[in-house]
Amino acid sequence: MTMSRLEQAIIAKKKAKPLQLMTHIVLGYPSFEANREVIRQMVENGADLIELQIPFSEPMADGPVILKANQASIGGGATVEDCLTFAAEISAAHPIPFLFMSYFNIIFRFRVERFLERARLAGITGLIIPDLPPEEGDLFYKQAKEHDIAPIMIFAPTSSEERMRELATHGSGFIYCTARRGVTGKHSSLDSSFDEYLATCRAATRLPIAVGFGIQNQGDMVHLLGKADIAIIGSKMIRVVDEQGVNGAGPYIKSLLEPVS
Amino acid sequence: MMKSNNYFGNWGGSFIPEVLHETFAQLHRAFREIKEDPGFWEEYKSLMATYSGRPTPLTEAENLTSHFGGARIFIKREDLNHTGAHKANNVMGQGLLVRRMGKTRVIAETGAGQHGLATATMAAKFGYDCTVYMGEEDVNRQRPNVFWMEKMGATVVPVQDGSKTLKDAINEAFRDWVTNMDTTHYVFGTACGPAPFPEMVAWLQAIIGHEIQEQIIAQHGSLPARMYACVGGGSNAMGMFGPFLDNPDVELVGVEAGGLGLESGRHAARLCGNDASAGIAQGYKTMFLQNEDGQMLDTHSVSAGLDYVGVSPILANLWEEKKVRFTAATDQEVIEALDLTMKKEGIIPALESAHAFVQAFKDAPSLTADQAIIINNSGRGDKDIFTIAHAFDDPSWKEFIIKRAKQYDTTRN
Repeated sequence: MTMSRLEQAIIAKKKAKPLQLMTHIVLGYPSFEANREVIRQMVENGADLIELQIPFSEPMADGPVILKANQASIGGGATVEDCLTFAAEISAAHPIPFLFMSYFNIIFRFRVERFLERARLAGITGLIIPDLPPEEGDLFYKQAKEHDIAPIMIFAPTSSEERMRELATHGSGFIYCTARRGVTGKHSSLDSSFDEYLATCRAATRLPIAVGFGIQNQGDMVHLLGKADIAIIGSKMIRVVDEQGVNGAGPYIKSLLEPVS
Repeated sequence: MMKSNNYFGNWGGSFIPEVLHETFAQLHRAFREIKEDPGFWEEYKSLMATYSGRPTPLTEAENLTSHFGGARIFIKREDLNHTGAHKANNVMGQGLLVRRMGKTRVIAETGAGQHGLATATMAAKFGYDCTVYMGEEDVNRQRPNVFWMEKMGATVVPVQDGSKTLKDAINEAFRDWVTNMDTTHYVFGTACGPAPFPEMVAWLQAIIGHEIQEQIIAQHGSLPARMYACVGGGSNAMGMFGPFLDNPDVELVGVEAGGLGLESGRHAARLCGNDASAGIAQGYKTMFLQNEDGQMLDTHSVSAGLDYVGVSPILANLWEEKKVRFTAATDQEVIEALDLTMKKEGIIPALESAHAFVQAFKDAPSLTADQAIIINNSGRGDKDIFTIAHAFDDPSWKEFIIKRAKQYDTTRN
């Protein structure tokens, strides 16, 4: 099987940047205008990949910060069509990989084939769908690969090694390892049991390893350096923009990358 | 999409985050074991007999029968179950399952509060820690149930996200579960959610239908012509209908919340009416009330227990296969049916259950005296005293509340 565009992009940068950074935004929150500016600052300050979350009214795997952002975006009138249009614009403007994150109902309602075609045209290189395990999504994930959109599989601390190997066969691009149990948002303590877990993840796949859920500060980045390929910043990114405004995004990204560059 | 035995026709499945994969594998194994172990059903039946007063009676409603002048009307008295609703059946069964799995904490979502109350009761009896998630709007509608849950030692968490009703409580319970799955079992309250919950809840609730099979033969001499159940998530309907599904002579009727009318957009009717569409949320695939993008809509019903965007995937399949007829009852019709049932029979149905009475009353006159119909009175209505008194605009009740509030106000000052 040929390597996905997404994995190629990650590998191309790997030597120069051993720990890459994937940032996250909820589309339409607080507005598409704000998204545009935040993304510009992220890219300028060294974000390597960006995860664009299409809001859903029932984001089961998300904690309070992202949940509220989803609700506010939908309440503000953001539609799936708006998100696809915005993604096309933003991926044309910046030379880094963009991924969609959402829940499967959004894609199912838009119609699978139509969504994948539109996502491909919008320049999207990967998809993260936390409520679509391969038992339900096998066919969909194959279709995504045919569109050269990498289905990102998720490993959890509760996944057995055997399960991880099984998951890896369905994925491409990279593997999303959740740093702990629970939902997004709460800070994770990256201790020795975390290191063991990460080593298990690494052994189960040849794909690059990304770590998300509760990654928030320079200390976390330093801990991940040499163990993971990508650090994922989600809820904390939203909190920074909530508290400091869009101009807080750039300096925050810069400070995160400082000790690992 | 990959099909497995988690599906009922096109509906159901298990759309769960990876972190719960092992937990569900364990649950599937545990459920398979209790299904195959005849000792479990005996243990369950005996627990329900000694703790919950089962079998619940099948009451012939003679006054309603002569009032409508058609079919013989029977009422299955789930209101007489301990804690006042059919919810106790599922909960006590899952309580036994939790003991087998060796977990020590239970969580639950609740709409009307009956499932939360039943779970708090079960947790007290079995010695489990208990947290109940309840939409803030429902906390306000069903304050008495909150009081009892807390008195039985449960922690009640009001959920302030989304529409602040049942679906939001389910999301919040899942968020708890993905953190605490090692110690905690999620006691799902209805025949919805990811597999194996729909099948498991329907299987435990079928105790209702099994009792009816014997009771109606003893009291009427033959099977009923029709059976009526209200449909929120669908657990009381599945419990009543399940054992009769292979019997084409028994017509099964599910009654959804028509709210302010099917044309008003302010209802919770998924299977009758034209507002719902296929979707995937809360871990399963069914007919949801959602917009074109797949965002869930706000639903409306006078009854908190029927105020839900989705419906059991088993019922969605029976709807598609036309094995169950679905209708709706409006808030107004519900209040009228409730009034009539209280006056004629001295029975107080819950607002949820009163939906089933509405359709039975519409149909009864067109049937004959040798035909029996059975209404599932899935819960008792005294828990709804605030809502019912408000709906009846009862002046003496209002006066009482004002006086009592003044009393509390003076104490506070």
